[in-house]
Amino acid sequence: MEQIAAASGTSSLTWLLIALPLLGAGVLLLGGRRTDRWGHLLGVATVLGSFGVALALWLNMLSKPGEERAVRQFLFTWLDLGRFQVDVAFQLDQLSMAFVLLITGVGALIHIYSIGYMHGDAGRRRFFGYLNLFVASMLLLVLADSYALLYIGWEGVGLASYLLIGYYQTRDTAGPAAKKAFVVNRVGDIGMAVAIMVMFAAFGSVTFQGVFEAAPEASSGILNAIGFALLLAACGKSAQFPLQSWLLDAMEGPTPVSALIHAATMVTAGIYLIARSNPIFNLAPEAQMAVIVVGLITLIIGGIIASAKDDIKKALAGSTMSQIGYMTLAVGLGPTGYVYGIALLLAHGFFKAGLFLGAGSVMHGMNDQVNMRRFGGLRAVMMITSATFGLAYLAIIGIPPFAGFFTKDLVIESALARNPIIGAVAIVGAGITAFYMSRIFFMTFIGGKRWTDDVHPHESPATMTVPMVVLAFGSVFGGYLLMSNDRLERWLEPVTGYVKPKPDLEPIVITLITLVFVLIGVAIAVVMYLRRPVPEAAPSKVSVLTYAARRDLFGDAFNEAVFMRPGQWLTRSLVWFDNRVIDGAVNGLAASLGGLSGRSRRIQTGYVRSYALAMLVGAVLLILSLLLVRL
Amino acid sequence: MNPINYIYLSAVLFSIGAFGVLFRRNAIVVFMCIELMLNASNLAFVSFARINGTLDGQVVAFFVMVVAAAEVVIGLAIIMSIFSVRRSASIDDANLLRS
Repeated sequence: MEQIAAASGTSSLTWLLIALPLLGAGVLLLGGRRTDRWGHLLGVATVLGSFGVALALWLNMLSKPGEERAVRQFLFTWLDLGRFQVDVAFQLDQLSMAFVLLITGVGALIHIYSIGYMHGDAGRRRFFGYLNLFVASMLLLVLADSYALLYIGWEGVGLASYLLIGYYQTRDTAGPAAKKAFVVNRVGDIGMAVAIMVMFAAFGSVTFQGVFEAAPEASSGILNAIGFALLLAACGKSAQFPLQSWLLDAMEGPTPVSALIHAATMVTAGIYLIARSNPIFNLAPEAQMAVIVVGLITLIIGGIIASAKDDIKKALAGSTMSQIGYMTLAVGLGPTGYVYGIALLLAHGFFKAGLFLGAGSVMHGMNDQVNMRRFGGLRAVMMITSATFGLAYLAIIGIPPFAGFFTKDLVIESALARNPIIGAVAIVGAGITAFYMSRIFFMTFIGGKRWTDDVHPHESPATMTVPMVVLAFGSVFGGYLLMSNDRLERWLEPVTGYVKPKPDLEPIVITLITLVFVLIGVAIAVVMYLRRPVPEAAPSKVSVLTYAARRDLFGDAFNEAVFMRPGQWLTRSLVWFDNRVIDGAVNGLAASLGGLSGRSRRIQTGYVRSYALAMLVGAVLLILSLLLVRL
Repeated sequence: MNPINYIYLSAVLFSIGAFGVLFRRNAIVVFMCIELMLNASNLAFVSFARINGTLDGQVVAFFVMVVAAAEVVIGLAIIMSIFSVRRSASIDDANLLRS
């Protein structure tokens, strides 16, 4: 790998990408109440500014040939400890650029939307401060040139998500949800830390360039160890099995946060990490296989959970889990999949943000209700929301020519090229996606009105609908713009490599099979939720699968039984050991010394005569012993 | 007279002194008994000097006298001040330092 060119000219603006939202977060969080009046405007302006810088950098990048597009901007040396050196330096290449555009673009739209959504909320300025912090951390994550610096962004994202999920401080459920997200993420972070340590021990470097240059000479054991550790980290951030449980509870946060977490930041970090570490994963087939398996499991369980939830946000959360599963699967496939994983991620950014903002708009009109069984027929009163939501819905289930069709189809194609079973699971997953998304759409916007008496649904203000319209455009045309003419393949090829997948079937056949499954999914939803009336209370006589899916497939119960209970038991036994054995030994020694002292204290009677007697006896004994010795 | 008899006298005097120290309560009497023991030892030193024909024992006897004089000064002062505080010269009453 040749040296990456130093940033110059336009590309030396890279640092501004992070500095702007960070400045916004600093001003808003430290400025206190005096920034209340214009805080939200500053929050939007910084992210928009970042987006502008990103566009300029992108245009600048487009004007160069593929190999010269990557630049590295060195700011300063942060740590210099012997062999361990960490620079604060940013690496802007095609992969980072794609993420930066997604984060700042979709992020800016969500910021604008939040002006309307959080209108009237007392903590709106604080909310925008957190949002800016979130965006800044995520940008740091994708721009870092070393794993160590990436780790800072990684933790920053975790912190910001914790603050935002627990934003409604007065709700009892928000605090535990935020804590859960933080703790589960922390389990994944262990993987990240271990990976960094192994890299430093094995390669003596933690920069991307240093690690990737040294990787081909490393033993497969080390590469697999790093691969598995990175996979654990990715599972935590991207809510993949077995660390998926936090994502559903994360819906406690305000809806724009959900949109930001699910579309632009946070859950995409794991995909970025694996795609970025492609030189390691390409050399570690076992770890790569594990990535595929994790992706497959998650895409199925996410779909099953999403199919049973009545809470619109939780159903969408399950769908995110499932879609991220697709991306994980794609990046696990190696050079045939990296590009498609990123493509799905970018397209998903559009339609999932559109779906969540649509859900937020529905909640805005329905007094913050989330139960889809009390929605229905909202199409008539929320024209724009239902139209944008509908377009995003068509995009996510992969109806041509919307965004999801172009991207998900290619993931399925490369999965089939790898192994028919993997491809089959992915196709079934597409059918499940079609079912649960149709269910959400039908229950919310179509059918009879099942509203509670006190709601008067209305369309949301323009600050909310305009971002939704923009995202709907992305959902419609994004896929074509990204994938036509192999545009994204050629764009990402210098970073992630690209090999065209060669499935046994013709691509058009695969597309038709997938479409058949999608249509079956939609048809089942039509029969269940359009032809029959939707009961207002959730049916209690349900199949075992539905029962399990309503409880997140017992993910929480599993965690509780396998991790929490033994953990508590271990803690208790450690406390017992500490109290009884360690403290016991120390306290016992002290007590026995004290007892001994108490006994020997009695010798001190205070009577001079007894001391005199003791001296006399002592003197006599001394003399006697002297005499005896002389004899 | 055989000088050994002075040794016997010295032993008797020392025993009387020790007995008094152990069994009397009055501080003044105890004090006098201590003096008696000191002088018994002085007598023993001088007798041994005489028996051995050297001056060592006599020199030591002078030292003991000096020490005894100093002790009397300080000891009587202590007894006086204890008496003025406690209105008692019994050494068993001065037992504040017991455990």
